[in-house]
Amino acid sequence: MTGWDGFVFSFFNARVAADYAPKIVEGLLLTIWLALLVVLSGLALGLLLAVVRAAGIRVLNWAIIFTVDVFRALPPLVLIVLIYFGLPAAGLDLSGFGATWLALTLVLMAFAEEIFWAGICAVPRGQWEAGRALGLRFLPTLRRIVLPQAIRIAVPPLTNRTIAITKGTALGSVVAVSEILGAAQSGMSFSGNPTPLTLGAIAYLILFLPVVIAGRWVETRFRWKR
Amino acid sequence: MNNFIEAFLNVEIAVAASPILWMGLVQTVLLALMTVPLGMIAGLILAVLSAQESRWVRWPLIGFVDFFRAIPPLVLLIFLYAGLPFAGLDLGAWGAVALGFLLNTGAYYAEILRAGIESVPKGQSEAARALGLRRWQVWIFIVLPQAVRNVLPDLVSNTLEVVKLTSIASVVAVPELLFQARQAQSVTYNATPILMAALAYFILLWPCVRLLSRLENRQIAGRR
Repeated sequence: MTGWDGFVFSFFNARVAADYAPKIVEGLLLTIWLALLVVLSGLALGLLLAVVRAAGIRVLNWAIIFTVDVFRALPPLVLIVLIYFGLPAAGLDLSGFGATWLALTLVLMAFAEEIFWAGICAVPRGQWEAGRALGLRFLPTLRRIVLPQAIRIAVPPLTNRTIAITKGTALGSVVAVSEILGAAQSGMSFSGNPTPLTLGAIAYLILFLPVVIAGRWVETRFRWKR
Repeated sequence: MNNFIEAFLNVEIAVAASPILWMGLVQTVLLALMTVPLGMIAGLILAVLSAQESRWVRWPLIGFVDFFRAIPPLVLLIFLYAGLPFAGLDLGAWGAVALGFLLNTGAYYAEILRAGIESVPKGQSEAARALGLRRWQVWIFIVLPQAVRNVLPDLVSNTLEVVKLTSIASVVAVPELLFQARQAQSVTYNATPILMAALAYFILLWPCVRLLSRLENRQIAGRR
């Protein structure tokens, strides 16, 4: 076998690809499902924390800031491993999928809270005061006047951060979640051929390349003019 | 409650595990010290090149950067570590980690620095050229200092992410902090070493997170 044939046989082996493509597609669906769950719960919790922080109760704010700092400082893989191997000892047994979801949700929650909070802070005080002067209570002022402006400011930084954290779903393979990377790795060890890994890489590109390009567009589209 | 303390705050195991965790921490710091400068240099080269006028230079570079931003770093690492040996190229764990991190962090730094360079008005470099500065002088004295200042929070933030990223080297058995903690955990069947590793990461990175939080708030508030 010449070098080129050997390369094709290893990385673009049609027979192996046909055998393992269904597994990779299953992995792709699992990755999408996990990513959607993480994005929904992470952003919702982050927004909730930012709103609570806007209420300005000092003790509560310290707790929020500390929580956010913890989940920004810890590597996601450390969190996944801690939750997966540690929590059963505390009587809470999560599957690999559950552990990955929880860890990434906490990380996204922390980053999203910071970004939403910065957005809320960037809305001029006069907007709050005007809302209150018109007789709106705290929550309606926040919901109808401040948040729409704050979220617009938060969109560009939030988009890129969310994409980066969503890519962390690949870390689930470490705790036996058979998402794309997990499926590709077990395919590789069964077939003794790295073609499933090539398929996995292609699946990630199909999934994330459009998102990365869209993120670039969102960043220019929503950017506030200086 | 006793079970909890037994499982997470086991003093005996903490004492026994601390020497290898310390060794792991040293490796983590070394990995970070290797990856951050290499990634920054690669990113700087990519960013300066992609600021060229010619689209034949710019578009392939943007494609390269987007490619490595779209591939999760762990996938890249596994490919280099477990896939490439089939092509007769065995990089070893450290080699795969070095190359994978270089490509990943280089792409991210490039994207940030490119945004920074774009934020410097064209008039700045035109004025500098008109004053007789050479091209390299324009870059070093006029454009890059302003570009870096404009994206400083993003640079610090990415550096923090790079240090956190080193934890995935544990997957290919580089004996850094998380790897050592998992070894200790699997020997003792106790989660204390992992909690200690988490604590070490937190102590190492908390000052950076605090600094960043200030920088970012100032930046986003300054947009108005």
